[in-house]
Amino acid sequence: MRVALFITCFNDTLFPATGQAVVHLLERLGHQVVFPMEQTCCGQMHYNTGYHREAIPLVRRFVRIFSPYEAIVAPSASCVAMVRDLYPHAAELAEDRQLAAEIAALTPRVFELTEFLVNKLGVEDVGAYYPHRVTYHPTCHSLRHLRVGDAPLRLLRAVKGIDLVDLPAAEECCGFGGTFAVKNADTSMAMLSDKLRRVLDTRAEVCTAADNSCLMHINGALHRQRTGVRTMHLAEIFATTERDF
Amino acid sequence: MRRSSVPIELKASFPESAKTSLRDTQLRRNLGKATQTIRGKRAAVVNEMPDWENLREAGRAIKQRVMRHLDHYLLELETAVQRAGGQVHWARDAADANRIVADIARSHASKEVIKVKSLTTDEIKMNEALDELGIHALETDLAELIIQLADESSSHILVPAIHKNRAEIRELFMRTLGVEELSDEPAALAEVARRHLRDKFLNTKVAISGANFAVAETGTICVVESEGNGRMCVTLPEVLVSVMGIEKIIPTWQDYEVFLQLLPRSSTGERMNPYSSFWTSVTPGDGPQEFHLVLLDNGRTQVLADEMGRQTLHCIRCSACLNVCPVYERVGGYAYNSVYPGPIGAILTPQLRGLENAESLPYASSLCGACYDVCPVKINIPEVLIHLRGRVVRERQERQGVRRHIYPEDLAMQMLTRIFLDQFQFERVQRLGRLGQGPLARGGFIGNLPGPLAGWTAMRDMNVIPEQTFREWWRSRYE
Repeated sequence: MRVALFITCFNDTLFPATGQAVVHLLERLGHQVVFPMEQTCCGQMHYNTGYHREAIPLVRRFVRIFSPYEAIVAPSASCVAMVRDLYPHAAELAEDRQLAAEIAALTPRVFELTEFLVNKLGVEDVGAYYPHRVTYHPTCHSLRHLRVGDAPLRLLRAVKGIDLVDLPAAEECCGFGGTFAVKNADTSMAMLSDKLRRVLDTRAEVCTAADNSCLMHINGALHRQRTGVRTMHLAEIFATTERDF
Repeated sequence: MRRSSVPIELKASFPESAKTSLRDTQLRRNLGKATQTIRGKRAAVVNEMPDWENLREAGRAIKQRVMRHLDHYLLELETAVQRAGGQVHWARDAADANRIVADIARSHASKEVIKVKSLTTDEIKMNEALDELGIHALETDLAELIIQLADESSSHILVPAIHKNRAEIRELFMRTLGVEELSDEPAALAEVARRHLRDKFLNTKVAISGANFAVAETGTICVVESEGNGRMCVTLPEVLVSVMGIEKIIPTWQDYEVFLQLLPRSSTGERMNPYSSFWTSVTPGDGPQEFHLVLLDNGRTQVLADEMGRQTLHCIRCSACLNVCPVYERVGGYAYNSVYPGPIGAILTPQLRGLENAESLPYASSLCGACYDVCPVKINIPEVLIHLRGRVVRERQERQGVRRHIYPEDLAMQMLTRIFLDQFQFERVQRLGRLGQGPLARGGFIGNLPGPLAGWTAMRDMNVIPEQTFREWWRSRYE
């Protein structure tokens, strides 16, 4: 299948390794990856912070750039949720029926990486090898907005060599929440400190998730506290094979 | 319709109040324990229902119909209550409602009235208003009594004293009720309160209640509770005044089938609550012989006018959203500076009071969505939060006019839109960011960010922008 990678502005700038992992992974599975160079940002930060009118041009731009592709995949649940759940509202706000129709046609083809692998491609064993102790944090947007269910866990369980440990109270928010982490920094930190305690309790070396934004928040505190535990996006685990060792 | 004159007070913003609450280690412990317990109980009794999702959908659909035809149902309710011998009063705002209730109490020369837990009367600060006229309102719900004795306010919709533990309540009762020996066993604490209240139930002439539901077709009011104090409140006195928000209507008796399954399981995590009292105005020789229903607007028609925000009025005050909210669990009810805390408060308070008086509340959420999952009437709280954030920004921009261009957040967002609209501009900014971070970066992380981003690095390190962006790598691959 020809897959258009929606890297997201955040991953493009701060986590290029995640994008590279998605490319290697999908190519290894026999798919052709294309990267529409024009892409920038889906407008999620604007929209979730209340700058709805400011997000509309970005929505139009995204729809124009990605509409030609049969499958669009992003290593970010929250950006996919923006497209799937909030783009229809943006079109309504713009009072643009044409845009609404284009969005309705586009959104069934936009996937978060793990739902694409498990639900669309029907793959669970991606041939990965990752001999580390790993715990999985289901991010709110993957769990409750996109409803990816146990797709990430099924993929993780099929990884060779992995020592996968359950994260207690895994379904609780880590406290990131986009601009929430800055506007309500104290509350965000209180939520993060409980998440951190649970991650450390698992004695995992790596905490993984479907969103680098949440992971950056978690890793920021893991690093500040010199815990010796790191975070890694799911795609990077799935891309790793025995040949990498 | 003119804007309801909800009392406007200068209140601290959510982040400021949250900061104070977060420092209270006892509060954190009490809240964590209580919310986790209720959460577990709710999950157990909800998971045993095979048709739970259908019930939620039915609850949502009934409430949606009520909101669409509220004018019709209100008049139907008024007629039914009057037909059964009750009097109906329409209150545009808090002042109206408080005056109506005070007049009723004074017409019976009552210096003291008893109350069963009513959030609506807390919303309009009825106790304070009556107090100014020399009428004391005694709370009879155990938790409400506790916070009244402690001279505090409620911090949870259903469990107003959730912030207190047993030891603190024991100490309070010993200090205020003149008890010398008392254990902190729940039964012993309840017994002390029971003795204190029993006398009041038998000797007070006027009682005030809230209402969980009112059936439009029959005029029947319903209050659900756990203790039986409410039952005594609505049956023993001679005069009963029920104060309810206009959104509490359900069309028919049959609709109780849906809501009396949804409410107890969602709120206390019980299959059925111990006491559900229903009354239809006046029954000769049985119960209060004078009944008044006060129908309160106080901003609700404003909420109704907002197509997206309207679903907020579906709320049946079960408080399931508070108990699952990771924000509420840590900051407690006071941080919301409203009688309606938690996720539902974050969307209800700004709409009732006017957004300009509660601008920080729609932002008091990480949009995690746990509240939507448990809401028995499927209020999409995250969706409404985002909608209200949009209104907050738009109203501020309109207020500020051209000055909005120097408001830092607005300026940043406008600039970002422009950058993101142009691929090459975006790539330039990526390169600039990589260069600009130089002085801040140490060992792959940044420990101190400047300006409005300082909150991020207060307790977290920030990743640096790597040597190569993804798109640079992609280009290099095909060169």
